[in-house]
Parts: sequence; structure tokens; C-alpha cells
Amino acid sequence: MFAYIVRRLLWAVVLLVVLSMVTFSIFYLVPLLGGATPETLAARYVGRAATPETVHLTAEKLGLLDPVPVQYWNWLKGVFVGASYDYGAGVEQCPAPCLGYSFVTKQPVWPELLDRAPVTISLALGASIIWLVAGLSVGVISALRRGTIFDRGAMGIALAGVSLPIFFTGLIALAFFSYKLRITAPGGTFVPFSENPARWAYSLLLPWITLAFLFSAQYARLTRAGMLETMTEDYIRTARAKGLPERRVILKHALRGALTPVLTIFGLDVGLLLGGAVLTEKTFSLNGLGKYGYDAIVNQDLPKILGVTLVAGFFVIMTNLFVDLLYGVIDPRVRLE
Amino acid sequence: MTTSALRDLVTRHPGQADQEPFLEVVDLRVHFPTDDGLVKSVDGLSFALDRGRTLGIVGESGSGKSVTSLAIMGLHTRPASEQTRPGAQLSGEIYLEGEDLLAKSPEYVRSLRGKRMAMIFQDPLSAMNPYYTVGHQIIEAYRIHNPVNKKVARKHAVDMLGRVGIPEPSRRVDAYPHQFSGGMRQRAMIAMALSCDPDLLIADEPTTALDVTVQAQILDLIRDLQSEFNSAVVLITHDLGVVAELADDVLVMYAGRAMEYGSADQLFNRPVHPYTWGLLGSMPRFDRPRSERLLAIKGAPPSLINVPSGCPFHPRCSYAARNNGRSEEVLPELAPVETGHTVACHLTQIEREQIWEHEIAPKL
Repeated sequence: MFAYIVRRLLWAVVLLVVLSMVTFSIFYLVPLLGGATPETLAARYVGRAATPETVHLTAEKLGLLDPVPVQYWNWLKGVFVGASYDYGAGVEQCPAPCLGYSFVTKQPVWPELLDRAPVTISLALGASIIWLVAGLSVGVISALRRGTIFDRGAMGIALAGVSLPIFFTGLIALAFFSYKLRITAPGGTFVPFSENPARWAYSLLLPWITLAFLFSAQYARLTRAGMLETMTEDYIRTARAKGLPERRVILKHALRGALTPVLTIFGLDVGLLLGGAVLTEKTFSLNGLGKYGYDAIVNQDLPKILGVTLVAGFFVIMTNLFVDLLYGVIDPRVRLE
Repeated sequence: MTTSALRDLVTRHPGQADQEPFLEVVDLRVHFPTDDGLVKSVDGLSFALDRGRTLGIVGESGSGKSVTSLAIMGLHTRPASEQTRPGAQLSGEIYLEGEDLLAKSPEYVRSLRGKRMAMIFQDPLSAMNPYYTVGHQIIEAYRIHNPVNKKVARKHAVDMLGRVGIPEPSRRVDAYPHQFSGGMRQRAMIAMALSCDPDLLIADEPTTALDVTVQAQILDLIRDLQSEFNSAVVLITHDLGVVAELADDVLVMYAGRAMEYGSADQLFNRPVHPYTWGLLGSMPRFDRPRSERLLAIKGAPPSLINVPSGCPFHPRCSYAARNNGRSEEVLPELAPVETGHTVACHLTQIEREQIWEHEIAPKL
């Protein structure tokens, strides 16, 4: 078990290095194949009226004159041992883990990521708990009352939930609950948990529910399908033959078997969301990793893009490891090797 | 036919004739409505069983054996209740010590399940929950009917595992079903079924999934436990060898109906129904040369939606032509041939005796 975790963590490091290489390559290779020079790349980061000399100087400072592998090596070295940067306002020390300086704002990326992460983590974890509870309960009840009004209604709402984009439901929810009824916080508010847990929950309540609505639909459908399948298992009949009350048969014997696929998707979803819930953060004006990554892409700011990509990759890898460990807890037949 | 007349036909054993049988099934019908039509899985079945005795129910796949046992256990979903699939329509009477289970509430029948009547299933791998330890599942079965704490229940589970012959029960109690071998799993299943000392044990193909040596052990175990607990056993199987081994009485089912019903001695030595002859003829024998071909029953079991008119067996019966089409039109009722031996067949006593003597007996 311990060896398994260590091995998985070592693989995680390898994966993250590969991920950064791929990101780096995509960022440079596409423009370079299209005939871009270091100067045309650097032109993105200076004013429109800049002289060729300024552009060349910027290219040099950003390290764009070096061959791409050298640039990558310098960046990678910075992650492990730190680096120093000079963008014209004197040499800046950037201690490890140094994910570089923004090409645009000239600010180091790592502290900014640390600053944004709590928003996204709060958003993702809160919403995921809500959608897991809601999705599982609705799914179980739907499966047991298959064909009834509850089932049809719930599955109809679920279909709507899956289909409606968050910038639609989110804006309607904001308009109605925050601005008309004034029972939830308006967009753009975020209070850190450490500051005031009650205000924290209040500030995130609407984004949580809106995001959970989108996801719980999928979970309800998945749980329902899983329950319908496990309810036909022989061991369910055995449980009934023992004289167990129906509630116990369902919650103890049937639900357990239906959990595995739900857990798989849950790991993927939470991992992805932790890397930034772009649309939700945009809709509710939350300064999380998603919005950070979105801005980075719009500004073609490589160090920021790399930073967000790595954090997102890290979360996906970690939640998957966590889910794999949970498989072993849920299903005794699973052996981790 | 009236219910009382049907009850009169039900076998009574000498000396117990005036006593109420422990389990009595009268004119049981289990029908399943489907999109293709009404599936008549069991259609007018009656039998009786006393404590300490074993009834073997035999028949091909789809003859209604398992459906009957699930009906006794109350495990069919009724149309009115919450359901995950369309329910069964049940009618008739199932008396357990004089109480009609079909007339009782599902909740009451549930309280009897596992305690008064228990069931052993065919495939112990799929019949045990893979997510919980064997001990946990036995403890659960015990505690639902006995108000004891976990420690006492666990001790009981270890006891039961030991009694069904599982070595090192105090260690194996914490193992998961997949860590048991097939035979051990079936033993654990039996331990679970017997954990509350049920008076009625229904074994649905208990040895089908097991290899032959383990089969014999499991049958011995069921016999020993039966004499120890003095329980009534319903043994469902398509294996006449298993029936010969264990059963006191035998009920031969075809298309949801009883074809022949009598003691094991009567059924094996003086069978009267052409279907029973077919079953006996298709049984492999070690005391015959291997070159001899088995006498298979021609054709396949009928669809339970469109059951053949008249005698359901007539399309496959070699003697159906003998009675001028009556087999195709009239459904034969169960009628006594000797004490405790009934048959549903249009052949006359004389015809039967002739066919048996000249055609069947020499080949068996």
C-alpha cells in the first residue's frame, strides 16, 4: 500500500514534467511553424508603438531568443532550484518553486496561484459535496420509484441540468436570488474561510448550488442506472431472503455496488474543477484559478498558462490517486499493486 | 375443482393424515404480465410437506421450480408495491403451519424470512454480497431476527461456520466471499441460511454450481443439518441424482404444473408419467455401457406465454396419439394412482402398466 502510493507519486512528478513540456511545445511550436520569429512573439508583450529595438530587447529579456529546449530547461530549473529574472526593473530573485514571471504583468506566478487557489478549492469542494448528496439521493429514489412521477420529473430536471450552460443558469440565479430577492451574495464576493466561515459559505452559496445543479443531474442519472443494475443482482435477493427490511437492502446492499462508477466520475470532475471552474468563476466574477487561466490564455502569457496547467494537472492526478485508494476501501476485491 | 377437493389430493403420510401439514401449497398460480403476454410460470400447483421431510421438485429449466420457491418466500415483487420491474400476480394459498402467507402483509412475511423459512441459492458467488465479509453477512442475518449485540452474533457466526464444516472458522469469519472456494462459499451460504434455525429450508439448485465431490459433501451436510434441526426441506433441482440422494417425496413439474407427485420410491421405481419416464431415461448411468445413447425427451420446453392446449406435455409425448386427441383438448387433472402417488395424465392405468412394462422399464 505504502509502496503503491510512493510509486504513484513518483509517476505524478513524471506526468507533470511531461505535461509542462507539452504545454511549452504547443505554445511555441504552433507560432514558430507558422513562421513567427522571437521578435514577432515579443511584439505581443510590448505596446503597439514600440520600436524594433524595444521589441528585440523584450525578446531578449523574456528569453525568447534562446532555442525552445533551452528556454524550457531554464524554466524547469527554476521550478526546482529557483531563478532570477530581469525584466528591466532590476534583477528579481524567484525562489523555488519558481514558476516564472508573467510576461505581461512581470509578477511571479507562484504566489499568485497560491492566492487564487483557495477560491477555486472552496468553490469545487463545496459544490461537489452538494451535488454528490443531491445526485445520489435523487438517483436512488428515482431508481426505486422507476416510472413514477417523481422519477420522470427528476430525470426531466436532470436533463435540463445537464443541458443548460452555467452562464445561463448562473446569470438567472444571480438576477433572481441576489439582485431581486437579495437572499444570496452578489457576484464577485469571496470571503476566505479563515476569515469568517459563515460569510465564506454565504458568499459561495449561489455558485455552489448553480454548479452543483449542473453536475448533480449527471450523478442522479448515473446513480439511478447503477441502482437499477445492482437491484437485479443475486445478492440483493439473498439480502431480502434473509428478511432484511427493504430500506436496509437498498442503502446497504444495493447502493454500495452502484457507488463505484459514481466515484470514478466524481474523481475526474473534482480534479478538473480544482484546476479552475472557468465558466462559473467568470459568471460569478470569482478570482479563482479558472479566471486566472482564462486571462493568461487571452494575454498569451506563457508562465501563467504553465502555472495553471500544472496546478490543474496536479489536482487531477491527486484526485485520481485518492479515488483509486477509495476503490480499495469500497470494493474488497480491488487490490492495489 | 374446489380448494377443498384440491387439498384432499395433497399427499398425507400414514399416521399424520389428520394433522395439518407443516407447509401446504394449494392451487398456486404465479403469472407475470409482460409486453409479449402473460407468462404463466406456475399455474395451479399443490403439494404438502411435513417437518423433517424433504420434498424434491424436479423439472427442466423454466418449469416453474424457482418461481414456486420465491413465491413461498414472498420474494416476488407484487404489482402494487414499489418496484424495479413489473410485479408478479399471485393467487392460491401457501400455508405455513396453517397461516396463509399470501394473505399476510409483505412486512409480516418479511419477518418470517430468514427466521422461519430460509433459502439457499444456486450460485453462492453471485448470491453473496461481494462488498461484505462472510461473517458480516451471517451476523446481519442473525441480528435482524435476534436482539443480541455484535459480539454474541459474531460468536454465533463463528459457531455456524464451524458447524457447516469450514476450517478455522474464527479466522475465516472475516474473509470476503471471493476469498472462499466454491464449496466453502456454499457452506457459508448454508450457515447463513441456518443461522436462525429456520423450520423450512428451501434449497434452489444448491449443488449445480459445484463439482461432483463437493456436491456430495454439500448434500451430506444438508441431510445432517436437517436431521439436527428437524426442518422441512424443499429441494429444487433438475438433477434426479440429487433427488434420489436426498428427497422423501418428489414433485415433477412441467410448464408450471405438477405432472407427477409421490414418494421417492414410487417415482423412481414405479413412475407413471411419460415426462417422468423421459427424465429418468435421460439420466446418465454408470452401470450401463457408455455406447448406449441417452433417451432424450424430444423437443424443447414450451413457451409459458402460449402453453400448449390440453396437456402441456402433449407435443413432446410419444403416447399422446393414443387417446383420440383428448391430450390436445383436455387438461388432465391430478388423479391418484396409489396411496400418496398422483399423476396428471390421460393414459389409462392399463395403458400405463403396459407401456411401463414393455417399453420403458427394460431401457432404464
